[in-house]
Amino acid sequence: MADKQLVADSVVLLEIYKRAALLKANDERARKVILSGQIAMVYYSYRGQEIIPSVMGEVLRDDDTICTIYRGIHDMLGKGFPLRELWAELAGRTTGSCKGKGGPMHLTYPAKGVMVTTGIVGSSAPIANGLAWAAQLDGSDRVSICTFGDGASNIGAVHEAMNLAAVWKLPTIFVCQNNLFAEHTKFEKMTGGQNIAARADGYGIPGVRVDGNDPEAMYSAFAEAVARARAGEGPTLLECMTFRFFGHNFGDDDSYIPKEQKAAAMEADPVPRLRARLIADGVATEAELAAVEAEIEARIDDAVEHALASPWPEPDDLRFDVFAKEIAA
Amino acid sequence: MSATAEKAAKPKVTIIEAIAKAYHDAFADDPKVITLGEDLADPEGGGIAKITKGLSTSFGDDRVRSTPISEQAIMGAAIGASLAGYKPVAEIMLMNFTTVAMDMIVNHAAKLRFMSGGQTSVPIVIRTMTGLGFGSGGQHCDYLEAWFAHTPGIKVCAASTPEDAYGLLRAAIEDPDPVIFIENLPTYRVPMAFELPASDHRVPLGKAAVQREGSDVTVVSYARMAVQARAAAEQATAEGISVEVVDLRTIAPWDRETVLASARKTGRVIVVHEAVKEHGAGAEIAAVINEELFGGLKKPVKRLGGAFSAVPYSRPLENAYAPDADRILAAIKDIVS
Repeated sequence: MADKQLVADSVVLLEIYKRAALLKANDERARKVILSGQIAMVYYSYRGQEIIPSVMGEVLRDDDTICTIYRGIHDMLGKGFPLRELWAELAGRTTGSCKGKGGPMHLTYPAKGVMVTTGIVGSSAPIANGLAWAAQLDGSDRVSICTFGDGASNIGAVHEAMNLAAVWKLPTIFVCQNNLFAEHTKFEKMTGGQNIAARADGYGIPGVRVDGNDPEAMYSAFAEAVARARAGEGPTLLECMTFRFFGHNFGDDDSYIPKEQKAAAMEADPVPRLRARLIADGVATEAELAAVEAEIEARIDDAVEHALASPWPEPDDLRFDVFAKEIAA
Repeated sequence: MSATAEKAAKPKVTIIEAIAKAYHDAFADDPKVITLGEDLADPEGGGIAKITKGLSTSFGDDRVRSTPISEQAIMGAAIGASLAGYKPVAEIMLMNFTTVAMDMIVNHAAKLRFMSGGQTSVPIVIRTMTGLGFGSGGQHCDYLEAWFAHTPGIKVCAASTPEDAYGLLRAAIEDPDPVIFIENLPTYRVPMAFELPASDHRVPLGKAAVQREGSDVTVVSYARMAVQARAAAEQATAEGISVEVVDLRTIAPWDRETVLASARKTGRVIVVHEAVKEHGAGAEIAAVINEELFGGLKKPVKRLGGAFSAVPYSRPLENAYAPDADRILAAIKDIVS
């Protein structure tokens, strides 16, 4: 299969916007549903980081895999995770993708390549290498993505994984979403060198820092990393600069984020920015985009309704899926 | 011919030979079987114990891979490849080194099936060596099976004979769940009177072996302590005590039926392991026997295990640390008195 183009034209940008609009609307709904008391869950909002996974979803194929983290619902939706299975899992129902056993931090959907969601910082990276090794063994040009945050760039697992990917020349793409805060701590305060992409030099692999909120820059950087991996040229580390709008976990007062920094980031919200640009450039009309957004809202309505109407698991379900064979009652 | 004489007539093989054959046969039978670990491939010598010697030459560098000294990366790569349908055997050279990969083993390998609602599975084998006897001190020879036995989603096994080593490893590789396969270093190269099994030999996981039948007392054990238990039983028989030796072979999930049947029969049970006694696997076994057979036992269940200290270096201390045939024999005499 031919490589995707390396430059995002207006057609691609419109598709990226459609994905980003879904991600944004889904995050807004999640926060609303929690506040209304309809679903109680631990939630790590990704609002503000939508462009990165929207670009990834546009470049990747279904058979490409992704290992993501607790702040990862945007990555999964970008990869094509279906809304009904997602929302039913968030609601802890049997119709959820994981039958209610995983929840928001362990969402899984292999049919779209969403193989692992981990709640352990940095642990997406070593596992992504195994999926990349399998691609090599299969003789396939599929690629293996792992996403993680700036905080994870300081944990050993990520470094072990980058080194192994380098020496085995694996088709792993390390996508660091640098949202400038590791939990409550400023990126610059706890990151030696203050440049994650530069750490790739230590492993002899390409490291690229890119504005993750700029769809064209993000597209080119990511498409190039994918093209390299598909061609058997090995891994890439991407440091995608972004910002999260709503703190570490939803409900934290984010008093550790300077007010001006947050205000400036929200002012530069990448999703409405892309929307305005598509209209200004004549790629789409206001009415066309409003129709896209209305359809997204309707799909989310349907998914939430479906989730809340679905049955809860039974206590006996604890015996199943621990091992392949059920545990005796 | 007595059972002992019959065994003596068999050719002697080592556990290491059995594991090497199991590896080779599994690679030949199933192209999805792959392996990784430090120094495993032939350019690095085929592993520190030479178990994988020849494997990369026979089956290729893609399937048999040496790794950096990176236990998290090793375990992660095994887990990821298994999610894509492969059957990786990951060697974590020594059991103490599993501690630096515990997140991968406990949070991921053991739990991904459950957390994904059964959509994914992690059919990996973690081969790891351990056991005192070489003066390696506190960080190279711990038995940590209880940590993994306490983790839902992971199976733990250990063999005390070449036949079981072969059959268990083949079964572990074919098993749909993650399995930790513990190998005992000091008994690795001890020739034992067993056959090298045929390639269809399997030991089902979760099935104990009654290695010696007896009526006075049951000794439940595994790994090197099962070897010691057999020696103690031999001696006890000479002294007129009939000992039943049960080798669990699989520590988790363990074979309650076989253990309880033997306990019912003898009414006296001794559980022996090299791992620290406190909070060890023996505590779980003793507790279940108590729950199921309270009132039906002639004596309380006795436990023998490693001392509550790090494994020591100095020879007299190392000798004092873990049970051996003499101490098992003393416990046998005590429980039947």
